[in-house]
Amino acid sequence: MVSAVIERKREHEAPAADKAGVVGSHIDIRGVSHRFDLKEGPLPVLDDVSLDVKPGEFVALLGPSGCGKSTLLRLVAGLEPPSDGSIRQDGRSITRPDPSRIVVFQDPTLFPWRTVWDNVALGLQARGVLSRERSRVDEALSLVGLSEFAKTHPHQLSGGMAQRVALARAIVNEPSLLVLDEPLGKLDSLTRLAMQSELVSMWQRTGFTVLLVTHDVEEALFLAQRVVVFSERPAKIKADFEVDLPYPRHRGSPRLAELRHHALGLLGLDATW
Amino acid sequence: MSSATLTSTGVVPPGAEAAAPAAVAAPAEETRRARTSAGNPGVWWSGAIAALIWIAVGAVTRFIPNASIGFTEWNLTAEFGTGTALVGGLLLALAVIGPRLGAVAPVRGSGPWLIALAALTAVWQLLTAKYAVLPAPFFAPPQALVEVYLDDYARLADSFWNSLKLLAHGFFLGAAIGFLTGVGMGWSRVVGYWVHPLVRFIGPIPPTALLPLAFFFSPSSYAAAVFLIALATGFPVAVLTWSGVASVNRNYYDVARTMGASEWFLVLRVAIPAALPQVFVGLFMGLGGAFSVLVVAEMMGVKSGLGWYLTWAQGWASYTNMYAALIIMALLCSGLITLLFGVRDRVLSWQKGTLKW
Ligand SMILES: Nc1ncnc2c1ncn2[C@@H]1O[C@H](COP(=O)(O)OP(=O)(O)OP(=O)(O)O)[C@@H](O)[C@H]1O
Ligand SMILES: [Mg+2]
Repeated sequence: MVSAVIERKREHEAPAADKAGVVGSHIDIRGVSHRFDLKEGPLPVLDDVSLDVKPGEFVALLGPSGCGKSTLLRLVAGLEPPSDGSIRQDGRSITRPDPSRIVVFQDPTLFPWRTVWDNVALGLQARGVLSRERSRVDEALSLVGLSEFAKTHPHQLSGGMAQRVALARAIVNEPSLLVLDEPLGKLDSLTRLAMQSELVSMWQRTGFTVLLVTHDVEEALFLAQRVVVFSERPAKIKADFEVDLPYPRHRGSPRLAELRHHALGLLGLDATW
Repeated sequence: MSSATLTSTGVVPPGAEAAAPAAVAAPAEETRRARTSAGNPGVWWSGAIAALIWIAVGAVTRFIPNASIGFTEWNLTAEFGTGTALVGGLLLALAVIGPRLGAVAPVRGSGPWLIALAALTAVWQLLTAKYAVLPAPFFAPPQALVEVYLDDYARLADSFWNSLKLLAHGFFLGAAIGFLTGVGMGWSRVVGYWVHPLVRFIGPIPPTALLPLAFFFSPSSYAAAVFLIALATGFPVAVLTWSGVASVNRNYYDVARTMGASEWFLVLRVAIPAALPQVFVGLFMGLGGAFSVLVVAEMMGVKSGLGWYLTWAQGWASYTNMYAALIIMALLCSGLITLLFGVRDRVLSWQKGTLKW
């Protein structure tokens, strides 16, 4: 099904405009600290985080719950300015949200009053290009396998389907940076495995940069080229290591098991392993 | 108001008001039909029983003499009796033959209501015309209402249309202004700062208390009436729209903003659709408010309208006319609320489990 979509794309567009040519963003996070000013006083959430993500790189962020991962993603998306430090995209400072950096939030947050199709079309409509690019919505929907559900409303979807719609709503914008906040967290384990492979092939085809937050160590190791482990709040970078395995990866590979042991150790969970 | 609804059930043709309970009664009716279908295929039993009671109502009306007190004489008594008996006869025919022709399905569920209405009419007839337990001129038998409708048809129809027009003017004006105010308050800090205290201060005042002001400042008495109705509608619409817009899930905005949405897009395509369920609650409350000030708004200056008719009838102590107008008013209100429910069900079809009217 996916290859069929690509075939169709090739037919419609001149070779020069091939969408596989999206260039991933270079993200440079330098000395970022962040705190929330609460009534009880300031709550430091990020502590001097520096991270350099190369164009087209797939980076996974691991860390204990509540340490500040989602906050870091919000800063990268430009939804909030950091209290200290700077975040740059291809050398330009990030000051506000931009459709070149699309976030898939922890919660699918589909708009309940829109059909699945209209939800996916959101970004194109917001930028006033929907009438020209309608076919892209259909492509994105078939990519996540939900073409038949184009006319349904979100309350009729399962949690996993809703999360897939959120993913389609993101990739239809052809971002150069895809920010994923536990996008597969709500999927059943089978759909989850299938979506992981789908994510990898999507990334390989398009070439965007990916920042992925996950709780699942195996998921991080299966998907990412590089894994960053955060400490407890306020989050500091505790470790940053490469996953030196070629794609497609095999879940049973001994090297993966080794890295998993390493990562769990960094998270303080090696005793259970 | 409550007396209006009570009386109205005695006269309303079953189709109109019995539509809602029909859905509730239908399942029981279904099972009963299934059980009896073996012995007696296709008699609509509750309809047949209702028909017999209606015929009995006709007989009671015709053959028990009216109580004669003073000069009161109820016209049309014989005609009303014949009419009800005829209706009962037609209903009986429908109940017996209808099922074979497949013509009963839409009304099948309303059988119990038809029975209740017949019984109520009988009681009403006995208490008023026959034994004068409820005395004239404060109470009137059903045939007197029929007489009013026949004699005063033109004036009542005229009043109906004028009230509808006035309500529509006031309601749409108030709803539009209330909606815009609510969106402004919910969205813009500046608008919220200046308008919120005003709404809090003026809103809770009953609109009818502003009657003299409205008449003094308005160019015509019609404009004053529109103003009062708009005020009664606008306040709940504004408050609920405001709270709807203010309580929109922040994440919706984040999603739209990261995808390049402008401020306008956020207002028109995110805030307003997300607030619509609340807006409709406001519209329902606004409609109720509009009804409640209609009579007062029509009390001064206006020369036609149901509220005006009520005041006029009371002034002449012709309570029969008053009841007749009240029934029409109840039908008007109920019809408009049904209409608003219909609009809401269409607009909010994406919501699950919405209440049906
Ligand atoms: N808008 C906010 N105002 C105040 N405090 C906040 C806000 N957002 C997050 N926090 C706090 O910041 C801390 C980090 O939150 P964050 O959502 O970044 O955690 P997380 O690492 O994504 O956790 P999880 O893995 O459970 O999603 C939490 O303690 C949270 O309470
Ligand atoms: Mg999080």
